[in-house]
Amino acid sequence: MGEFRMPTLGADMTEGTLLEWLVKPGDAVHHGQVVAVIDTVKTAIDVEVFEDGEVERLLVEPGTTVQVGTPLALLRGAEAPAETTPDLSAGAAPRPLRKEGTGISSRNEGPPPPVGSPAQPLAAAPAPPASPIVRHLAHERGVDLAAVVGHGPDGAVTRADVEAAASPAPPPETRAPERARRPAAAPRTSGGRIAASPLARTRAAELGVDLATVAGTGPHGAVTVADVEAATPIARVTPERAEAAVPSAPPDATAAEDRRAAMQAATGALMARSKREIPHYYLETTIDLAAAMAWLARHNEGRPSAERVLPSALLLLATARSVREAPELNGFYTEAGFEPREHVDLGIAVSMRRGGLVVASVRDADSMSVDEFMTALKGVAERVRAGRLRGSELSVPTITVTNLGDQGADLVHGVIYPPQVALVGFGRVVPRPWAVDGMLTVRPVVVATLAADHRVSDGHRGSRFLAALDAALQRPEEL
Amino acid sequence: MNASLARDTILGLLADIAPEADLTRLADDADLRDAVDLDSLDFLNLIERLAEKTGVDVPENDYPDVRTLAGLSTYVERHT
Repeated sequence: MGEFRMPTLGADMTEGTLLEWLVKPGDAVHHGQVVAVIDTVKTAIDVEVFEDGEVERLLVEPGTTVQVGTPLALLRGAEAPAETTPDLSAGAAPRPLRKEGTGISSRNEGPPPPVGSPAQPLAAAPAPPASPIVRHLAHERGVDLAAVVGHGPDGAVTRADVEAAASPAPPPETRAPERARRPAAAPRTSGGRIAASPLARTRAAELGVDLATVAGTGPHGAVTVADVEAATPIARVTPERAEAAVPSAPPDATAAEDRRAAMQAATGALMARSKREIPHYYLETTIDLAAAMAWLARHNEGRPSAERVLPSALLLLATARSVREAPELNGFYTEAGFEPREHVDLGIAVSMRRGGLVVASVRDADSMSVDEFMTALKGVAERVRAGRLRGSELSVPTITVTNLGDQGADLVHGVIYPPQVALVGFGRVVPRPWAVDGMLTVRPVVVATLAADHRVSDGHRGSRFLAALDAALQRPEEL
Repeated sequence: MNASLARDTILGLLADIAPEADLTRLADDADLRDAVDLDSLDFLNLIERLAEKTGVDVPENDYPDVRTLAGLSTYVERHT
């Protein structure tokens, strides 16, 4: 019997609040399936489970705040014999087949102390993931999610996939939604309260609907979001409205502001701690991107926009690959000293539109192809902006990259995110005078920087990394 | 699709991508990326959504023609 525990969703996280269960006892779960929505001070996160099995018992009620590592649910393991893997041993565990196009893997080698999710391996292919919003839409439209082919990142089912799968939606009065195979939010009753999912409660409050007057079609007659919406004059939920009904973010601006403030405070504290504890050294190098940009143009030519690769994807992927040659930059520094990691979980600093920076982790970035990485990058950026990152994306990366992008300055000397030991930075790509064979020409160049922990590496090792990065970008076809 | 309808469509997509931006002040000849603070991912997202909505998928070679709202609207009109 396995335990699904409150995971670490960020280096500075010590506790989280369970907002919503997306499974109930008796449900089968698969590796990579989102099973709960957990609130941290910064954002609500769709948290995945990393084993196959069946939900035995839910241990924590929605609305409860618990410490990281606290068991949240009991899982009955799958019948088929699973490969056993030693828990959290660095690099020794055989890594199971990576799901196509993603970095989701079963091992959870975060920095010690061990992170919450069980590190048990699995063999089965995961069911296509779909966010709670998409699930609710599927429920509303009577679409069986298991039968929908997902075209989103990691094969996720998107809104568009559900809408395409739905026959012309029946008018609201005659609508009788079939239960989507994936369970709607589990009902909760406490005392004399109406059984309704937290999402349904929030929506009801938003729409001014009295839950007692709504007929529930969810499990055990619980009221679901679809039921609430059917009860109001606003019968059709547009994707935009659906997106607004996030359980963790009450619809008023003050709550969102509070979140942003909390997030910035948390990041600020982490940065202050970094500067106090980590003896940083800084290196920079200017890289000629003519070969890379030419390769990219050829790669993208004739491709629909949905399949094009951006320069930043190339820069980030080259970083992940090159870090493999610089083990002193990839891993965690704790009281026990430096612990390198074999795999590269690349942290990507994504800026939020209203301000603030979120670092999302792309697991095993170094083993992805250019197209796979681009898909992962798009998915991560979209989820950061929507405020719906997955648990696996908030686990601690082994190294982080900050890319200022084309609106940014020429270079960035960043601050390392403890317990990591390095931060790679990229400025914007600009045309600059460049010497080639003693002649002056113009090339698109980018300044790559490295901030690293002097307790673990030094200028020589750091320089070798930057040289490897430069070399990788001169041979983009090998990425 | 005429340029005016294209313009409205584009503004709608921009509202999704940059919900906090004040699009009423967006000049037709302003560089979209600067004016609306779009990074390369945002801009690609705009092009992708525009392709879904209008069937016009702007190839990278034509990006210089679509830097502004006016440019992009006219481009859509010419290619539908």
